[in-house]
Amino acid sequence: MQANSPFFRRNVSIQGVMLKVLAALLPAIAVYVWFFGTAILIQIALTSIAALAGEALILSLRDKPVAIFLSDGSALVTAWLIALTFPPIAPWWLTVTATLIAIIVVKHLYGGLGQNPFNPAMVAFCLMIVAYPQMMSQWPAVGFTDFAAQVAAIFGERHIDALVMATPLDALRTGLHTPEAHATVAGIFGAGASFGNIGGKGWEWIAGGYLLGGLWLMQQRVISWRQPVAFLGTLMLIAGIASLAAPDRFAGPLFHALTGGAMLGAFFITTDPITGATTPRGKLIFAAGVAALVWIIRTFGAYPDGIAFATLLMNICVPLIDMATQPPVFGHKED
Amino acid sequence: MSRRLFNFNGGVKPPYNKEASLGEAIADFFAVAPMPAEFVIPLHQSVGGPPHPLVKAGETVKKGQLIGGPDGNVSSAVHASTSGRVKAVEMRLMPHTSGLSALCVVIEPDGKDEWIDHAPVPWRSMSPGEVRDALRDAGVVGLGGAVFPSHLKVNPGKQGHLDTLVINGAECEPFITCDDMQMRQRPDGIIKGAAILRDLTQAKQVLIGIEDNKPEAVAIMRAAVDRLQAERIEIVAVPTRYPAGGAKQLIRVLTGIEVAHGKRSTDYGVQCFNTGTAHAIHDALELGRPMISRILTVAGNVDRPRNFEVRFGTPMNDVVALCGARPDSDRYIMGGPMMGYRMPAETVPVVKATNCILVGSKAMFPPPPPEMPCIRCGECAKACPSDLAPFELFWFSRAKIFGKAQEYHLFDCIECGCCAYVCPANIPLVDYYRFAKSEIWARENEKSAADTARERYEFRLAREERDKLEKAARLAAKAAETKAKLAEQQADSAAKKDLIAAAAARVADAENKTNAS
Repeated sequence: MQANSPFFRRNVSIQGVMLKVLAALLPAIAVYVWFFGTAILIQIALTSIAALAGEALILSLRDKPVAIFLSDGSALVTAWLIALTFPPIAPWWLTVTATLIAIIVVKHLYGGLGQNPFNPAMVAFCLMIVAYPQMMSQWPAVGFTDFAAQVAAIFGERHIDALVMATPLDALRTGLHTPEAHATVAGIFGAGASFGNIGGKGWEWIAGGYLLGGLWLMQQRVISWRQPVAFLGTLMLIAGIASLAAPDRFAGPLFHALTGGAMLGAFFITTDPITGATTPRGKLIFAAGVAALVWIIRTFGAYPDGIAFATLLMNICVPLIDMATQPPVFGHKED
Repeated sequence: MSRRLFNFNGGVKPPYNKEASLGEAIADFFAVAPMPAEFVIPLHQSVGGPPHPLVKAGETVKKGQLIGGPDGNVSSAVHASTSGRVKAVEMRLMPHTSGLSALCVVIEPDGKDEWIDHAPVPWRSMSPGEVRDALRDAGVVGLGGAVFPSHLKVNPGKQGHLDTLVINGAECEPFITCDDMQMRQRPDGIIKGAAILRDLTQAKQVLIGIEDNKPEAVAIMRAAVDRLQAERIEIVAVPTRYPAGGAKQLIRVLTGIEVAHGKRSTDYGVQCFNTGTAHAIHDALELGRPMISRILTVAGNVDRPRNFEVRFGTPMNDVVALCGARPDSDRYIMGGPMMGYRMPAETVPVVKATNCILVGSKAMFPPPPPEMPCIRCGECAKACPSDLAPFELFWFSRAKIFGKAQEYHLFDCIECGCCAYVCPANIPLVDYYRFAKSEIWARENEKSAADTARERYEFRLAREERDKLEKAARLAAKAAETKAKLAEQQADSAAKKDLIAAAAARVADAENKTNAS
């Protein structure tokens, strides 16, 4: 029997936290289905099954209680984030392999739940975009919602050249910041079929879904306001300054905030407690650092979006950030 | 009230469960229960040195008679709870989780409950040192739970007066209502005690802090301040948030001052006493009554929760018997659910620290779900009233990296339990801190023991060396002496030879002269 106080505790659990995170992803997933069809649901199912199977396997190999850890929900969060960051028509083996690597190597070989220094979903993304750059950049065009075609793309022969298109970030990078570039932001926006009102067509609405879910998580006190505010604030500040200085060469702040993985990163990636900074000031620094790197990679890097690389780079800095930003304790404020 | 209040970070709002024990007035245990068969009065009931026994088995004692003399200044006296015969002075099980025994005076009551002669203490005409001695000899210790000897705290500090004397009636622990009921029923003693403390510490103002979930107590205490026309004493309702009743937290809320760990609050011009302690100080000085009883709450898994005034040494199960413990009860907890200790047996005695006997069951306090790994969510840091990073302390404590744990201010932890209360991973965080603290203390003791041993060894070496040198010096001196003596003897014999030679020469000379003549 428990010998020491406290003898009662608030009714909270890791499972509860993880389920709330999953619930907060639902609005964005709904919008995703609306614009891009049910492929994303197939991917979520694939990654979920792979994550749970991989987690069960590695837990039993590690002699850990499988039922307790399998039901904590953390593997599902990783699985859903992988599904949401990968192209929805990526082949099944790509997302499944990525998920297994995330769970078995990135999470469990580093000690399992709570011990991994790197965000598993982000490592999976980086690994695959380096290994299979072409498949990782085949994003469906808006309106490509045909179920049979999507299933074929995921499970069968891939004849999808007609179905994919360059994303807005792709278009901007190749149009503006490659050696042969000669376009202007306004020109690309006008010409590109993939552009919506502010960001990518359809994608800007999915970003809205992430924003909605993220705000709910904030209201539920699952995540802090610090990382989303610091991330979006920094990204928009840098983008704003750059686009004011050279409006032809740099896209504006709202475009950056609503395009690619920015909203997902702001509310669901930089807020990951395990791989992120933990102190109040540290959270601000961490998320601001991710945002700055995202803008740099998006604008000058070799990859169209930089959330994953930026997150991993800042994951490395977390111990240092935490150490340097420990808040003063009670009674030692003047020290 | 326009008083500006301050805030402390963190804290939690657990279910308070206080109403149940507020229904009935405080009952004098003696008036409602049969006399216990024996009183087991531990000699060590306060922080500091354990008092030494002043009575032997077979002696008769009266109620209020000194039976344990304070050991040095950081210690407090212990008195007989009733009149009777000392059955034994022996080791008995203590009301502590450890299950250790300690020296107790066991009194078999004679049923007369006869007081020893006692008289009010003329404290106004006494020097501060004499008043402190009187409080120490009356056995007055903090009744909020920490049982720190009160006489050591009745101290105006370096500047000769306190800015603020804080009287703590916050009572933030769930289930416990003894301070609340005492404030409602016996406000005058508390206010008078506070006034005595105000005069002894030369305090400019006295603030009696009460959590605002006790509006009756606040109103009654305010009325008592008016009725007694107590000067410079103010009743302040403070926001209800555990642990607002922690001394440091209440001082912070009322004055904005943060007393750092290891510092004396008097250095900041503040001092803090519990309301029950203020009442006990009044009883000790104005009535001459030593501390032999206290008010405690019986709550939890019982049919009739209530407050009782109970003499020290009364077996806990005698008190609980009055409240109807439910059949599934499986433990007694001394104190509240956040900071209390599980008792090793139901028969352990009520002591000065017993503010509550919380009867528990598996249904009421279910065992925590399996401990999960920390996910660094930071809920504990948000809940910590000492602004610590509990998950970092947990990590360092578990890995036994005690140096780092101390760097992260492990010893600023007040073990309030907020972190463990909010942890979604069900980690018994406070247990890890208790472990780390005791390991650090053990190592320091070991180190100082080793240091002492080393010093002793080095001293012995030095002494042996010195002895050797001294011996050598003595021998050398002796040798020199002998040599000198020998030389003297030789010199003597040489002189004698000379004399003989001289004499012989003279004789020869004389012979020659004789021959010549």
